Amino acid sequence: MKGSYGVVIFYSTSAALRAESLAKRENLKIKLIPVPRHLSSDCGVCLRFESEERATLQKILQEGKVEYKDICNL
Amino acid sequence: MIYLDNAATSYPKPKKVGQAMLYFLEKIGASPGRSGHRLSLKAGRIVYQTRESLAQLFDVDDPLRIIFTLNVTEALNLALKGLLRPGDQVITSSLEHNSVMRPLRELQKEGVEVEVIPCSPQGDLDPADVKKAVKKNSKLIVLNHGSNVIGNLLPISAVGKISRDHGLLFLVDVAQTAGCYPLDLKKDNLDLLAFTGHKALFGPPGTGGLVLGERVEIRKLKPLKSGGTGSQSESEEQPDFLPDIYESGTPNTVGLSGLKEGLRFVLQKGAEKIHGYEFELTQRLIAGLKDIPGVIVYGGEGNKDRIAVVSFNIKDQLPSEVGLRLEEEYKIMCRVGLHCSPAAHKTIGTFPGGTVRFSMSWFNTFKEIDEAILAVSNIARRHKRGRG
Repeated sequence: MKGSYGVVIFYSTSAALRAESLAKRENLKIKLIPVPRHLSSDCGVCLRFESEERATLQKILQEGKVEYKDICNL
Repeated sequence: MIYLDNAATSYPKPKKVGQAMLYFLEKIGASPGRSGHRLSLKAGRIVYQTRESLAQLFDVDDPLRIIFTLNVTEALNLALKGLLRPGDQVITSSLEHNSVMRPLRELQKEGVEVEVIPCSPQGDLDPADVKKAVKKNSKLIVLNHGSNVIGNLLPISAVGKISRDHGLLFLVDVAQTAGCYPLDLKKDNLDLLAFTGHKALFGPPGTGGLVLGERVEIRKLKPLKSGGTGSQSESEEQPDFLPDIYESGTPNTVGLSGLKEGLRFVLQKGAEKIHGYEFELTQRLIAGLKDIPGVIVYGGEGNKDRIAVVSFNIKDQLPSEVGLRLEEEYKIMCRVGLHCSPAAHKTIGTFPGGTVRFSMSWFNTFKEIDEAILAVSNIARRHKRGRG
């Protein structure tokens, strides 16, 4: 899985920014990127993560009660 | 120049407030939450970080439960018009600003029952009177935390308990206290806080918001407006999630950049410390004013906990004349008249003439207070002699 990425897609940019803030606090290697068109028709951004950090990120989102629409592999 | 009109808008601001606003305009500029590019993300982060700072100040777990508005008036309109329906009863006090009274009078015409609990001429509200007013159709209690006319504090902790005991929501107008008086949303059972950025949070005008406590159900709070949010753009329906449901249209990013720095200043000092200093200024002012023959200071006794807002009159002189002389002869800026609060002035017995109001901030000094006292004393004395 090394070198592969996934993305979290959110309902709002505010939620994506909250996720970014919480993940950065835990030093996860994440980045906000524009949502790939094939994944969603929403405008805005999604949170890209390294696949090996997926479980940690999901835990952070759950604990911070951050709502998200989907998590998918890139 | 001595600026004593901080209850209207604080001035000066911490230096970084204006710097951050200019930086935003010149270096960032873009719309937040609309595009995926670097500048849009930077703008988005500033808006989000402002939410985080507010969440820290008010001890709110989820920053997305803070909704940005133009000012506290818009926040109060959102809360009142969004929550109340014909047939509901709402309880408020006789010390409220028109930002509460006018939306309530409008709602009253649509069938909302409005119960105004009288306060004493000193501005005291008896929580027992609030409790007595609760009925089967009661939905909401709305109170200002600190009076913009006489500076006293309303018993929000006791009323919060009443609202909780009876299953009502409690909306608090913290226009005058956010930033300069400690607030505890959870301990005091406050459900909604309406705040403004341009007073003690040291932001620019055009910033404010509504904090939604955990008991506020989103589906029961109707948005004030609808429109583009940058989210769910495929749909012509308003999104149903926070904060987008209540935040349509491009936000005031320049203003929020400034507010973010104002909040940083407040969080560094701490509301408790700011309040402590302002309280000392206020005690000195009240003591000085009370010593002047012919000066009437309104509100309760000076040693009670309060905020840095003081109303007074000089016997036989119109507030407008006193205000004009303070500015022309002593370069003291203050506010005279009714302060958008006819109900409060009726309560303290100064309607329709109003009062002269001095309001302080962290940036005022004891020397300025002494100069202001001396100016009032001169105006009171010279007037008498002139008539003699």
